[in-house]
Amino acid sequence: MKVNQYKDVLSKPLIEENPITLQILGICSALAVTSNLSVTLVMCVALTSVVSFSNLFISLIRNYIPSSVRIIVQMTIIASLVIVVDELLKAYDYETSKKLSVFVGLIITNCIVMGRAEAFAMKEKPFISFLDGLGNGLGYSIILIAVAVVRELFGAGTLMGYEIFSLVSNGGWYPANNLLLLPPSSFILIGLMIWGIREYKKDQIEPNEFKLSGHATAPDLRKKEANV
Amino acid sequence: MFEHYLNIFITTVFIENIALSVFLGMCTFIAISKKIDAAFGLGIAVIVVCLITVPLNNLIYNLVLKEGALSWAGLPNVNLEFVGLISYIGVIAAAVQILEMFLDKFVPALYNALGVFLPLITVNCAILGASLFMIEKDLKFGESVVYGLGAGVGWAMAIVVLAGIREKLKYSDIPDGLQGLGMTFIIVGLMSFGFMSFGGISL
Repeated sequence: MKVNQYKDVLSKPLIEENPITLQILGICSALAVTSNLSVTLVMCVALTSVVSFSNLFISLIRNYIPSSVRIIVQMTIIASLVIVVDELLKAYDYETSKKLSVFVGLIITNCIVMGRAEAFAMKEKPFISFLDGLGNGLGYSIILIAVAVVRELFGAGTLMGYEIFSLVSNGGWYPANNLLLLPPSSFILIGLMIWGIREYKKDQIEPNEFKLSGHATAPDLRKKEANV
Repeated sequence: MFEHYLNIFITTVFIENIALSVFLGMCTFIAISKKIDAAFGLGIAVIVVCLITVPLNNLIYNLVLKEGALSWAGLPNVNLEFVGLISYIGVIAAAVQILEMFLDKFVPALYNALGVFLPLITVNCAILGASLFMIEKDLKFGESVVYGLGAGVGWAMAIVVLAGIREKLKYSDIPDGLQGLGMTFIIVGLMSFGFMSFGGISL
């Protein structure tokens, strides 16, 4: 029973309740940091660790937080964790931290972290909150990595900096699609990804507010005339 | 002098639009753009908060956190930049809270119109992003006021435009799986391709 519950909490956010494609959380960084796979991986690790530990710590003190100031308390915990991640990154991987620029700092306001703290960690026990954070972080990572693979592979012909498709400019066969290196293309990729997921998981489809009225086709009209 | 400020303003509103060029505040941008009224209210709130917090964070950075900034207090060797993030977010959370109380007491009409959007703004990355970019660009106080205003206006404009497009889209025949969120993503992508055309302009 317990184990099942843990498994659910960990695996649901991967596809079924994915934070990006269903809950609309944490989109900002999904777009700006996905033009290069290795930078994306660092960002995913940073976010996953922040969201799991913030869930853990907030859940540990959930009974002592007065609800009127809870946002500020949560913010303080999240901001401290982000500072730790930021300083670690600056110390051990300065190049990547330069490339990520303000986006590591922006994990503070990444809605996944805040959203999971508010929706899950404030109510549940510490261990399961940690797993929930881990699951959501991984769900976020899956989408980010998928977008980054497509953008780097088809945009620059490389993966993690290694050449996969040899480019025309280097005497190879693949003309690079520079459009994919521009940030807006990741919006379109995520849009198409949502379409794919929703074709597979029909229950996620949002109902249309206005239905098209069925219009009569030519054979229908002829049949009508024949009846008259 | 005036031209310099105008230049910063135009650059932040169009060329470096905070929503469509740097993609900040996307969660609220996509979640609350179904209706023009709501989008407009949120846009106004973002403008006000940006205009207050960006200059405030500029003062904090320049007078307290920057390396050597504390020399007026007799501490010339102190560098507090590492607590930057936590103080900016603190300033933003406090400013939003104070603004909420102020509006509740003195301008109840606006308070009611903004409703739930005000507290939401604390976690809007556009606001924190504007402050962080301001620090990265190393702006002076006067410039930071204009930058804050420009960032807010650019974001507000983008969300109102998106809401307008989405209201029209209600009547279109979209494939089931793309309905709603999927379509919105693709539209924002196209809009931001459009905004990239401003990139070539140099003032």
